[in-house]
Amino acid sequence: MNKFSRNMLKFLAVPLLAVLTACASSNPTPEGGGQVYDPYENTNRAIHSFNRGVDRVFFRPAAKGYVTVIPRPMVNSFNMFAENLSLPGQTVDYLLQGKPKEAGTTLFRFVVNSTVGFAGLADPASDFQIPRADTDFGETLHVWGFAEGPYLELPLYGPSTTRDAIGVFVNLFTNPIDFAPTRPINNLGLYAEIVRRLGDRGLYSDTVDSILYDSSDSYAQLRLIYLQNRRFELATDDEDAYLGLYSDPYSDTGTPVAPDLADPYEDPYAE
Amino acid sequence: MPSKLFSRRSFATTLAAGLTALSLPVPAFALTEASASSLVNEVVSEINKVIASGKSENAMIKDFERIFIRYGDVPIMARYALGPDARTASAAQLKNFTSAFQGYISRKYGKRFREFIGGSVTVQAARKIKAGYEVRTKVKLQGQAPFDVTFLVSDKSGKDKFFNMFIEGVNLLLTERTEIGSMLDRRKGDIDAVIRDLASAG
Repeated sequence: MNKFSRNMLKFLAVPLLAVLTACASSNPTPEGGGQVYDPYENTNRAIHSFNRGVDRVFFRPAAKGYVTVIPRPMVNSFNMFAENLSLPGQTVDYLLQGKPKEAGTTLFRFVVNSTVGFAGLADPASDFQIPRADTDFGETLHVWGFAEGPYLELPLYGPSTTRDAIGVFVNLFTNPIDFAPTRPINNLGLYAEIVRRLGDRGLYSDTVDSILYDSSDSYAQLRLIYLQNRRFELATDDEDAYLGLYSDPYSDTGTPVAPDLADPYEDPYAE
Repeated sequence: MPSKLFSRRSFATTLAAGLTALSLPVPAFALTEASASSLVNEVVSEINKVIASGKSENAMIKDFERIFIRYGDVPIMARYALGPDARTASAAQLKNFTSAFQGYISRKYGKRFREFIGGSVTVQAARKIKAGYEVRTKVKLQGQAPFDVTFLVSDKSGKDKFFNMFIEGVNLLLTERTEIGSMLDRRKGDIDAVIRDLASAG
């Protein structure tokens, strides 16, 4: 995308989101390596305890039951169904990011899987090598130049940042499916997403358990893992930013190394 | 120039010997993109062998620990995970911490081997970085979309060894450093107490 169209997007975006994003854009945000900006840590930790409690007594057992009772291929199908429902919304996000090619393939994926793929329960699009879509309004805000903002843990939802929290909220209203004249159930996408999360919680149970229940400080582990992974996702089509991911803030523990974009890795041997 | 001759000869040796060259003590300057990549492939095949062996979980964890010591630069990883406290720790503490860390990592990640059954790792690219070599791979596990795993390899220990790994951007060493840091906080900075805790963690 050239500078002009990026500025145009920013210009269009500002009145639309001025109120919502004021907090996200006004904070200086460290985006490299494992840097953490968490001014609301006390509140976040309280929400984390709440989320962990909900997981322990409700979500974890429900998810384990779900993947035990429902055969794996059906769990996969429900996941595909939820993913398929999100595709029109993702098409909108790709368009807003100025990526017509990705928007096109995402729409095509939706059409193929909704028809040949039994309303999205199967994934023939992957067999036809149509690339998977993976975007959201948080990424759109990132493309528009909004900073990550402080780390947030959202009740019931989990780890996020100010920018991504706005994205999650906006995405509740941007899926064209929700405006279809005839739709079987209101908020179908939301329910499908909850079922998908249940399936993922069940399928990756050991991984999630090891972070939430086996680590010394589950809040700090989850925060670090979320931030690194999210920055990695956002940066994959932007090599410069991708390289910047590997810079490390713990420079006080080692010999200072001159910043070098071509070689972003920290050298533990230098310590 | 003798050094030039020697490096040319070692290049030829590497070519001729292929994978087996890696298990021999290779001169420090012999690490290349190709050898870093084959190190990744070798570790993957070793791990697959352990999974295919059908042994008990405990036996697999023991096997994994052997692979970890052979291919990973455990002392530098442990030192990094311990953070700034590594500089004030005594030699004995550092030694005990390293062996406790080694067991902890082997248990923590060895337990998860089942998830790799039927999986494959494809090397995408390798390049030189200041600290050694970066090898980017795509990992495909059953019923999951492929994901990116990056290995960092160095010969600064005297042999080609791994010293870090990134799974979908998540820095394994940094994650463990945060975890050990939390343990140290909980024990008010008492390294010996953390060493005892690590023996049962993971």
